[in-house]
Amino acid sequence: MTSSKRQAVLIGARDTLPLVVAAMPFGVVYGAMAQTAGLSLWATLGMSAFVYAGSAQFIAVTLLGASAAIPVILLTVFVVNARHLLYSASLMPHASRLPHWFRVPMAFWLTDETFAVVSNRLTQQPPKSELPWYYLGSALLMYGNWLACTGVGVVLGHRIPDLTHWGLDVAMIVAFIGIVVPALRRHSHWACALVAGVSALLTHDWPNQSGLLFSAVLAIVVGAGLEKVSEVRHG
Amino acid sequence: MASWWLIAGMALLTFIPRYLPLRFAGRLQIPRELERALNYVPIAVLTAIVVQATLIQHGGIDASLHNHRLIAALCAFATALIWRRLFLTVVVGLATFALVGWLG
Repeated sequence: MTSSKRQAVLIGARDTLPLVVAAMPFGVVYGAMAQTAGLSLWATLGMSAFVYAGSAQFIAVTLLGASAAIPVILLTVFVVNARHLLYSASLMPHASRLPHWFRVPMAFWLTDETFAVVSNRLTQQPPKSELPWYYLGSALLMYGNWLACTGVGVVLGHRIPDLTHWGLDVAMIVAFIGIVVPALRRHSHWACALVAGVSALLTHDWPNQSGLLFSAVLAIVVGAGLEKVSEVRHG
Repeated sequence: MASWWLIAGMALLTFIPRYLPLRFAGRLQIPRELERALNYVPIAVLTAIVVQATLIQHGGIDASLHNHRLIAALCAFATALIWRRLFLTVVVGLATFALVGWLG
């Protein structure tokens, strides 16, 4: 590995660090919860290793604990994961230059967190050849952390301290703010953020995070629509 | 055994939406309007996630000053608006949260 590649891996990992910290309590709580819901030690770790999707895993073990049928759980997981389709689609213009084999691990490791830092990187500087290495740095740190925290949750079980009250998730909130705000350059960007925020509040009690998906799609349509209108008006 | 079938199904249903668009990147000509819309994905999704994580506490909207996440988020917002630095925004946001928690 050349030094520029190694550097890109490290920068990707560094930029993801606050989000890694924020994910820790969720990984630990998931590990403890999954066992209570009836998953074996290996199935609990296996879900983190092979599915690797925080919200989907949480909802799955919650439903499992409530003795829901497997098809119901799978359908719910599909709905919860639908936003990943938006992430993947939004990376399409940059992925066209990437080798096909790389797109498989890239897709597997596509989380809210890695998408956030990678899209931030893409708006800051034009895509370079180091992008896959940057992506890898972000993804490997998130993935390793998720597996490790699941393991800690499994080991601690019922004895876990109430990590959710530590407020580590605040790191995710402030990191996403640090990523979104500098990206708000045009009026249509601000309108998009405003619609997303207001709609997310109004739809917060919709089941399975469908309100999140609905709000995102609505905000995208409003933002892109306004941009088009202003383009037509100004020629 | 049933739990491994569940995991296999979940793995597939998680991977497919993550992979399909990437799989066809470069092969499929994306219409200009769609490409324009896709540029709004980060702003739209991340804002929706942040607003819910900040304001929804214990199942309801909490926009009061008792909500320490809200205070931290507002300070982070101001920092990001003025200096546009991710690292600084994270530091100010976390420090605010710690300070507000310490003050009670």
